[in-house]
Amino acid sequence: MAVYLDNNATTLIDENVLQAMLPYMAQVAGNPSSVHRFGRLQKDAIEQARESVAKLVGARAEQVVFTSGGTESNNLLLNGFSQRTAEQNTYGRIAVSAIEHMSVLEPAKHLWLAVDAIAADENGSITIRAVEKAMTEQTALISVMAANNETGVIQELSPLVEYAHQHNCFFHTDASQAAGKIALNFADSGVHAMTLSAHKLYGPVGAGALVIDKHLPLAKIQYGGAQEKNLRAGTENVPAIVGFGKAAELALADLQARKMHVLALRQALEKGLKNIGGVTIFAEKADRLPNTVQFGVEGFDGETLLMQLDRKAIAVSSGSACTSGKSEPSHVLKAMQVPDALANSAIRVSFGKNNTMSDVDTLLSALRDIIEINQHSPVMMASNV
Amino acid sequence: MSEQTANKSAASNSAAAKAKQKPIYLDYSATTPIDERVVTEMLKYMGPDSHFGNPASRSHSFGWDAEAAVEEARKQVADLVGANPKEIVFTSGATESDNLAIKGVAHFNQKRGKHIVTCKTEHKAVLDSCRQLEREGYEVTYLDPMPNGLIDLKVFEDALRDDTTLVSIMHVNNEIGVIQDIAAIGRICRDRKIIFHVDAAQSAGKVDINLDVLPVDLMSFSAHKIYGPKGIGALYVQRKPRVRLEAQMHGGGHERGMRSGTLATHQIVGMGEAFRIAKQEMTAENERLLKLRNKLYDGVKDIEEVYVNGDMEHRIAGNLNISFNYVEGESLLMALNNLAISSGSACTSASLEPSYVLRALGRNDELAHSSIRFTIGRYTTEEEIDRAIENIRVAVEKLRNLSPLWDMYKEGIDLNSIEWAAH
Amino acid sequence: MAYGEKVLDHYENPRNVGSFENANNVGTGMVGAPACGDVMKLQIKVNDNGVIEDAVFKTYGCGSAIASSSLLTEWVKGKTLAEARQIKNTQIAEELALPPVKIHCSVLAEDAINAAIADYQKKQTI
Repeated sequence: MAVYLDNNATTLIDENVLQAMLPYMAQVAGNPSSVHRFGRLQKDAIEQARESVAKLVGARAEQVVFTSGGTESNNLLLNGFSQRTAEQNTYGRIAVSAIEHMSVLEPAKHLWLAVDAIAADENGSITIRAVEKAMTEQTALISVMAANNETGVIQELSPLVEYAHQHNCFFHTDASQAAGKIALNFADSGVHAMTLSAHKLYGPVGAGALVIDKHLPLAKIQYGGAQEKNLRAGTENVPAIVGFGKAAELALADLQARKMHVLALRQALEKGLKNIGGVTIFAEKADRLPNTVQFGVEGFDGETLLMQLDRKAIAVSSGSACTSGKSEPSHVLKAMQVPDALANSAIRVSFGKNNTMSDVDTLLSALRDIIEINQHSPVMMASNV
Repeated sequence: MSEQTANKSAASNSAAAKAKQKPIYLDYSATTPIDERVVTEMLKYMGPDSHFGNPASRSHSFGWDAEAAVEEARKQVADLVGANPKEIVFTSGATESDNLAIKGVAHFNQKRGKHIVTCKTEHKAVLDSCRQLEREGYEVTYLDPMPNGLIDLKVFEDALRDDTTLVSIMHVNNEIGVIQDIAAIGRICRDRKIIFHVDAAQSAGKVDINLDVLPVDLMSFSAHKIYGPKGIGALYVQRKPRVRLEAQMHGGGHERGMRSGTLATHQIVGMGEAFRIAKQEMTAENERLLKLRNKLYDGVKDIEEVYVNGDMEHRIAGNLNISFNYVEGESLLMALNNLAISSGSACTSASLEPSYVLRALGRNDELAHSSIRFTIGRYTTEEEIDRAIENIRVAVEKLRNLSPLWDMYKEGIDLNSIEWAAH
Repeated sequence: MAYGEKVLDHYENPRNVGSFENANNVGTGMVGAPACGDVMKLQIKVNDNGVIEDAVFKTYGCGSAIASSSLLTEWVKGKTLAEARQIKNTQIAEELALPPVKIHCSVLAEDAINAAIADYQKKQTI
């Protein structure tokens, strides 16, 4: 039986979510834009899901714009903000933290507006001093993620948001990894935009959302229909949106239980890791997502470790799935000043609600096997030099 | 009759009436139900015992299984349209494909020229992408089609300029179902080294497409128009010679950098299966649909003042678009509330504007306002067509009895001779 | 677009559909335009006391336009011309619970009764 410990990459759809989606995959045809009853049924399902997603993050339903996923939400936010700002001829700059997901960092390179990087400290945190340093007179938008996908570090957003408000700046947070794992409240937080993804919280791949405050200047980036309050053209992915709604509902109801469950697993894993020589837990001192541990093993290559674990039917990752095809060290660890050699050995374990304590034991014993055998191998020792 | 039997017979009458009232779906161009075989394949990648995983995860078998499924689906999609799997880029749907093709090519080639040619009857995803490019300083020529909805090749050729970099013409129109001669248009583009994009959302699985020989550089596809799931589509990007475009969605560099974002494995698998089935069943299915479509048309064509919109010969089997003169479309939809049909395209039918497609054909306002699109598909039965004909005949008669315009027409008054107070 | 109960009722069972022969005691109002998607024809028959004793309509237009004119014929019957002129589009819109995009249908109905009354009065002055 394979052990899946890569829940920050994607999660298994919850059985109840799947059941909620099935009627919209089989029996019901209908385009939500059609005025006939088949269309209206689909439209109603979307609106119900919108309520559930809004509730999960303490927002109002009308603030939720459904997209095809977190990547599209981040693209919509950055590109749409930049375009609207350009249309209004109000020049501005955008400040983006250095540890953001690729779906923030990459679109930021293709904007009308200039972009400044906000540095992270060695704990993977974005401090108010770092934000101040990146700020210019023209800065109009700040984007800092709620929790990091690799290290799991949870940002303390409220002072940053307060700072943004004081400086007439809009604030966006990518909460793809945070939603469903820790409590979020859009209304109280003061942020103007929040990115969400369904498949990180036991919903289906193919649905995401951008939660927006109506004051945020935003242009659409995909044209060809007035769907989603004219912010996102294209026939809505109804089954996925329905699944997102159900997943959000369950995440809200089970938030505390899920949190305690994965936290216990994480703590057990961390305790075990400390008994293995050469292991460094990244951002150990920081407030982190209850399910995430990223660590390095001195003298090892991360990719090799991953392969060896896979051979033992354990699925983990080195960092973000999207970049795991590349062998460069993680940009997140780099930003935290982790030396390249150690960063290259990084392993990320992300627990989910389906994991058990025996999964932790399986992982620990596999790690001990691999590390201890290799540490005694002359070849490995030689390569350490 | 005792009270009890009276009640009973009333109840059975209403049950019969209700059975008769079972709604008939004739809106297959708006979206199709997912084929059960497609759902079965999709569930293999969704359930608790499924091959779930992020296909971009390169470090474990969960990711590899998902990646293998994606590649199999890519092949199935490519197979239906005679493409190489490497030429298929998955997107969130045809709208995104159109956006990527048009803006992506225009942006990439802006140094070469900033002129684009398209047609007034294109889908909004094409027209609105072009409008956006106009705001960015591009010039766009919107061609008028001929009254039958087809493009006049001479008019098309005359519209091309030295700085034209892109032509975007749909294969099959979503409202009137006419099939454009994309081979001829493509040849003209090739001669002038202009990139040619075709929106094939309404043609894949309905019309033979062989990209191996067709002079087409980019082609948009949708899954939910051919019994696949919503939320997934594809863009064909020709490799030899290589067509280059600028990505519109940035992130992890998925789909060879052309489209970032986690791939929805189950949806891609569903699209693949839908395309596989279409390839297998298209020929026989088209024959069946054509019979049903002709039956529907034969059942209403003797009604006075009925006009077919769009060419009847160069047209997909499943589409019939008719104007019932002197009857307003929305009230007809209401009278036919037992039929799921649309007036104009689904994306605009909530607004009160007459169909822009019919206006582009030169139809007057009355005819444009009175148009209904019937689209027939895989689950349509002969019995449903019979019932639809009956419903249509009753509804048109009822509404014409209510229509002052119909009276005037009957009295021989020319409506154009009247000074209407526009409001 | 979902229609309200009352719109559906008037649409399914329109009251007073028909035409009157042209006569001195008949007033006809035809408003709207085919290009805009609605044309309403309202006719009233007025007795010697200036009371509308009968009204009929024909309408080319959406369900709300048909319902607005059907309702109007019911309302004007038995009213004096002065009373009928008091009928406002907002009353019609409220009675039928018309959504904002359909308010123009009730405006058209108000225009129709005023046009019919004007036509009747013009005939009386000749």
